[in-house]
Amino acid sequence: MYLLEAQNIYKSYADHQALTDVSLQIPKQSIFGLLGPNGAGKTTLIRIITSILQADSGAILLNGEKLKRSHTQSIGYLPEERGLYNKMRVGEQLLYLARLKGLDRSLAIDRIRHWLHKLDMLEWSGKNIEDLSKGMQQKIQFIATVLHEPQLVILDEPFSGFDPINVNIIKDEILNLRDRGATVIFSTHIMESVEKLCDHIALINKSKKILDGKKKDIKQQYRTNRFEIDHAGPLKGLEGVYSIIGSKTLDDNLFRSVVQVPEDHNPNQLLKELIIHTEIHKFTEIIPSMNEIFISKVSEQS
Amino acid sequence: MKKIFLVVKREYITRVRKRSFIVMTLLTPILMVGLIGGLLWVAMADKGGTKMIAVIDDSGLFKDKFQNSDDIHFTYLKENIETAKSEFNHMGPDGLLYIPKLDIQNPKGIQFFSENNPHFGVINKIENTLEEEIEHIKMMQLGVDPQILQSIETSISLNTLSLTSSGEKASNAEATVGTAYVSSLLIYFFLFLYGVQVMKGVIEEKYNRIVEVIISSIDPFQLMMGKILGIAAVGLTQFFLWVILSFAVTNAGFLIFGLDKDPVTLVSETAGIGIEATEIAQTNTGIMELMETIPITYVLVTFIVFFLGGYFLYASLFAVVGSAVDSDADSQQFMFPITIPLIISIVALGFVLNDPDGQIAFWMSMIPLTSPVIMLGRIPFGVPIWQLALSISLLVCGFIFTTWVAGRIYRVGILTHGSKVSYRTLTKWFFQNY
Repeated sequence: MYLLEAQNIYKSYADHQALTDVSLQIPKQSIFGLLGPNGAGKTTLIRIITSILQADSGAILLNGEKLKRSHTQSIGYLPEERGLYNKMRVGEQLLYLARLKGLDRSLAIDRIRHWLHKLDMLEWSGKNIEDLSKGMQQKIQFIATVLHEPQLVILDEPFSGFDPINVNIIKDEILNLRDRGATVIFSTHIMESVEKLCDHIALINKSKKILDGKKKDIKQQYRTNRFEIDHAGPLKGLEGVYSIIGSKTLDDNLFRSVVQVPEDHNPNQLLKELIIHTEIHKFTEIIPSMNEIFISKVSEQS
Repeated sequence: MKKIFLVVKREYITRVRKRSFIVMTLLTPILMVGLIGGLLWVAMADKGGTKMIAVIDDSGLFKDKFQNSDDIHFTYLKENIETAKSEFNHMGPDGLLYIPKLDIQNPKGIQFFSENNPHFGVINKIENTLEEEIEHIKMMQLGVDPQILQSIETSISLNTLSLTSSGEKASNAEATVGTAYVSSLLIYFFLFLYGVQVMKGVIEEKYNRIVEVIISSIDPFQLMMGKILGIAAVGLTQFFLWVILSFAVTNAGFLIFGLDKDPVTLVSETAGIGIEATEIAQTNTGIMELMETIPITYVLVTFIVFFLGGYFLYASLFAVVGSAVDSDADSQQFMFPITIPLIISIVALGFVLNDPDGQIAFWMSMIPLTSPVIMLGRIPFGVPIWQLALSISLLVCGFIFTTWVAGRIYRVGILTHGSKVSYRTLTKWFFQNY
């Protein structure tokens, strides 16, 4: 079951095409990484999902229903460029934003207190936003995004500007949200966090979707059948089907080699072969990182 | 609709709570009344003390002709003018009047010396006396009996009445023009003040990027209207507080200073030194009474109607400017065309008040961009009800149109950062699907 489906979305601005035939399926209770270089069309797609913009054509379905304005109540959105009213108090500001999402006053106040307490910000409730540090402001923005317990949480570069401690706090909260039933769309070009958090990804480049699916499957798909072997003594006389791509000396008589295995062979066959020739210390398959996939796909296109 | 109300409430409360709002609301009436009071005080203080004037009359025509009064005391000197001038500083009089030998037909060379710029009232009094005396002598020479002349002297003060369908009412041209000026200038000031506040509010939201969070909750048009309505409520609050406070401060002021005269007579009296007292009494006969003939409630109600209409019209234009620029500093180029009709209105106000039923007045009070200022200038003179109705309807159509146009440009503008915006871009935004 998909929480959100985008079907053949087209969107153009006066001077350029922002989205071309983009379709996505975002499963319920997943963390979905929306990846792509700057200017690829991620923000436009997000703005269409949040009803800020209208697609030229195509449809967005939320829980199988065509997206309408009232759905914004079940969506929480943290934009990449974000801010708050500087002259407004923390508590009031959160209350205002929560009520705009349709939450009633007393419930909103309870939840604000709960979240401020959870993120250790309770004593700042009466302070103006401008008195807060940037990191604290970002926590407030995060709280504002999730106060109304949306089914769909959209986070656009949520970690930019956070210090490492806060990054971890927010990462944990994102995982918590998912575990409690929310679906998270996570737009970023920092692949490290994608690696850790995302279950599914889609890669958008130059207004088109060029890759999507489960992170695991994609990685599987992009495996190159290369193995990294640490071994004692030089590797010599390997059978012709295996080719040694690179080799370097690690230590006295300890070497690291990368071996390409042909499609119709499996790692066990290689191992058998290796045992004859050398003493194996370590044997790992080289699985491409999301970063490598990202770079290779994007540069392939341009 | 509930969400618009939330926006209105936020805009209203955050502004009304600001220290600058409270200070400005409280201080403005006090300052205004204080300023007027201060001027009165200075005028009265200046009046105090008798001016000593020394007279050297070489012509011999004005012996004992200068009458001493409360304000001016004349002393005749026998000295030579040169010695008098050299001794002037030690002698102590405030002024020295020198009348040389005169040719009655062409009286020239009369001089007045004083240390400071002489008081207008003093000069006036001396000139009057000199003129009267020379005229008197001339009449004697021509054989006219001054008695006869005195008997034919007449003083006329027109009793102006405005004749309307509801009968005749006493009117007073000065009070009418005054009310017209004050209400026109006030509406001009209000349109500017609150229009700019809308613009700044939009820029703030765009600049600190909260706008994207908000329009993921509500429609951009709702946000814009909520802001405009909230600031309108702030404007009305301030206006009512000013009206109430001004009355309160004025009354309190007169109580404190223990003045039993009404302010208008006081102003005229102090300003009118040199004008004869009887004259003042005549022109001032019940100015307060005449003030009451200007229907205050009618002026207040039309003020509020035209303020709101004009404000909605201009506020939506100011909102467009706010959405198009990235910071206050960039707003100048787009503010200019918006302010032109307002400035033209103020420039034309003089003509309009001279001829409140003329062509210029009529058309400018119909065109929505100029009608708030100009119509408020015409109201105290009386405006036919059909013109008032037509003007209000046009203003309403005008602001519906501008808010519609503004809404279309605004929703694109608030999300556009960093690009140089021209009028062509604005047009493009207007036609852009979103």
